[in-house]
Amino acid sequence: MNKLHWKIGSILGLLILSVWLLYPTVDWYTKTPDERAKLEAVRLRPKGILNLGLDLRGGTHLLLELDVAKLEKKEKVYDAVTRAIEIIRNRIDQYGVGETPISRQGERWIAVDLPGISNTEEAENLIGKTALLEFRLVNNSTEAQAVVSKAESMDASPLNKDGTPIPEIAKLLPKGTVLAKATAGQDNDRTRYYVLDDTVPVTGAYLENARVETDRQFGTPSIGFTFNKEGGRRFEEFTGANVGKYLAIVLDGVVHSAPVIKSRIGGGSGVIEGSFSMEEARDLAIILRAGSLPAPVNIIEKRVVGPGLGEDSIKKGLMASLAGFLLVVLFMAVYYKGGGLIADVALFLNFVFLIAAMGYFNATLTLPGIAGMILSLAMAIDANVLILERMREEMALSKPVAMIIPTGYDKAWSAILDSNVTTWIAAIFLFQFGSGPVKGFAVTLTIGLLIGMFTSVFVTRAIYEFWLTSNPKELSI
Amino acid sequence: MIRILHKTDINFIKLRHIFFAISGVIVLTGILSLSIKGLNMGLDFTGGTLIQVKFDKPVEIAALRAAMDAGKVDASIQSFATENSYAIKVKGTQENVNEKANQIIAALKTMQGASFTEEKRDYVGPVVGRDLAKKALFAMILSMFGIIVYVAFRFSNPVWGTAGVIGLLHDVFVALTAMSLTNREVDLVIVAAFLTIAGYSINDTIVIFDRMRENIKLFPKMPLGELINLSVNECLSRTIITTFTVFVTVLVLYLFGGSSINNFAFCMLIGTVTGVYSTIALCTPMVYQWERKGRK
Repeated sequence: MNKLHWKIGSILGLLILSVWLLYPTVDWYTKTPDERAKLEAVRLRPKGILNLGLDLRGGTHLLLELDVAKLEKKEKVYDAVTRAIEIIRNRIDQYGVGETPISRQGERWIAVDLPGISNTEEAENLIGKTALLEFRLVNNSTEAQAVVSKAESMDASPLNKDGTPIPEIAKLLPKGTVLAKATAGQDNDRTRYYVLDDTVPVTGAYLENARVETDRQFGTPSIGFTFNKEGGRRFEEFTGANVGKYLAIVLDGVVHSAPVIKSRIGGGSGVIEGSFSMEEARDLAIILRAGSLPAPVNIIEKRVVGPGLGEDSIKKGLMASLAGFLLVVLFMAVYYKGGGLIADVALFLNFVFLIAAMGYFNATLTLPGIAGMILSLAMAIDANVLILERMREEMALSKPVAMIIPTGYDKAWSAILDSNVTTWIAAIFLFQFGSGPVKGFAVTLTIGLLIGMFTSVFVTRAIYEFWLTSNPKELSI
Repeated sequence: MIRILHKTDINFIKLRHIFFAISGVIVLTGILSLSIKGLNMGLDFTGGTLIQVKFDKPVEIAALRAAMDAGKVDASIQSFATENSYAIKVKGTQENVNEKANQIIAALKTMQGASFTEEKRDYVGPVVGRDLAKKALFAMILSMFGIIVYVAFRFSNPVWGTAGVIGLLHDVFVALTAMSLTNREVDLVIVAAFLTIAGYSINDTIVIFDRMRENIKLFPKMPLGELINLSVNECLSRTIITTFTVFVTVLVLYLFGGSSINNFAFCMLIGTVTGVYSTIALCTPMVYQWERKGRK
């Protein structure tokens, strides 16, 4: 075995490896959409396949911001975001949409990708609800009742947008109490208000389970919940000490019901009644089971691509790229003949290696990603043009064929290296600081440039050398 | 052997004042256009709401505008007429995520006899917009510095590196001018295009510099002007072929790539041409101008 055999062998080995790595991707995308959906639902989406970005397959991208100001003082922001991510993942998993990448972005941002979903209202509610469940005592003192009647008689809302009372209400509120809105009941004409103690003896953090229950008589849905041991004990103590008073069940600052405590409640379970629709009750049960977010989240970015547009753009983009690709391939073969064909083979290998590598890294292909790919392929072609032009120059000096090839490569090398490295420098910074589409572009460009250097220099040279072993005198460029 | 060009002997250095004048005019146009018309900044940077809808049949843009006005939505409308698609944009809103979008949809629903499907919906909060712009700018500045340092190191001559980067800045500026003149929208994808142009421009310059570096070693006595002309002429057929292949690919994308990639392809078309032009017309003559003075 000489050096050339090793070269050819390793190239073929890489080709086999690439086809091997490509198999899951090809297998996945040749399945029918229904089959794929079924597998995704049971989370059997294979690892190591090339994913399509939301711009190509349709779906929703959400960027959430954790409202750090409303965080409990002792909790670190980093930990709170981690916990929020976990809880959001929990909620989405229970909701039953396949693979959903959720990632931290920056200090207090969370990115959620929902592939295939373009009607997002429900998902947004599911993700965005803080779901802070609290049990509080209703304050029924005369001052409190005065506040309630004033609040209910006002035309404007007595609460600011962030939930704090407006000044003229705030000065009337008894010490240690807060004003809370009630959910709209049957009589929709006036919003009702409650004055609540601001101590919270039991919260949703002690919940063990929550489920939808329906009223036997009217079939209206409500949510039954069970406390864990600690929660059950606290709830029992708390109700025991306050028999005869009203207990408000508060979800995200809104009072859902305020029944009177008839006796000490043991057994650690209860019911939240309210005017829920069946869907609302189901979502709420999911949210309660998954736990409450450490602080409210706001949607600060949302990008929805309908399935039609995704399909359309992938078709057009792919067809156009393919056409451009074929034109270049054809041109190379006509202009440089044998040398052009070798460059074309390298280009084809470049493409196969690139897709395989992206599949292996579980990368996501987006529209700008395709653009990055095209640029890297264009630079690979440029490298071959540089080499071929050098070879032609050497040929014009009527040097022997065995000299032309190494000299051509040696002379072209510094230009190829420098141009690739400079582009690569730009790609690295793009990857580091870019977000979304820019990042997708940088990823394919970075991988593409590395592979392009390999195929356009190493692979083509091996092919020339192989050719020379049987035709030492001829060179068709 | 097919050849596009046989040996050429064009005196590019002699033409440099014409080139400088052309670039001067373009840059001046750019400055004027940017300061008078400005840039059509996309949602990515301004924040705001975009809804793209596809109608089942062609719709008058005036009817759309009337519906928006009736719904009290101050929106700009862009049409992709061949696809019956329209993008309705409200920039720089401070509203919550679905507020503006719901208003737009409600306004669209008042249109008689036209049914539509929603193709795309974007909402970018004001904080996100600022963050994206900051990051994009940061990435651009850093990569340009990276390029200067690398080129200066590889050619052990800061003059060459600076000339290369001036060419690159020129090309990005020309692309920016083109975006301003045609009123096309600058979004994140366009930033990617600018960076591609920067990479492509410096790539082309380096190929010529590389040849100059080689020729200096081969012909140490040759005057700089002659040496530059020789290098550019030697590389000319490569330059034309490479540019041609990239140009064709991008042209196909521009013509047939669909609406979502059209602006990117437009930018790249400009960049492919200027990338080559700036090397021959700016970078190498600048090296000539500066190095010659240094030698006197």
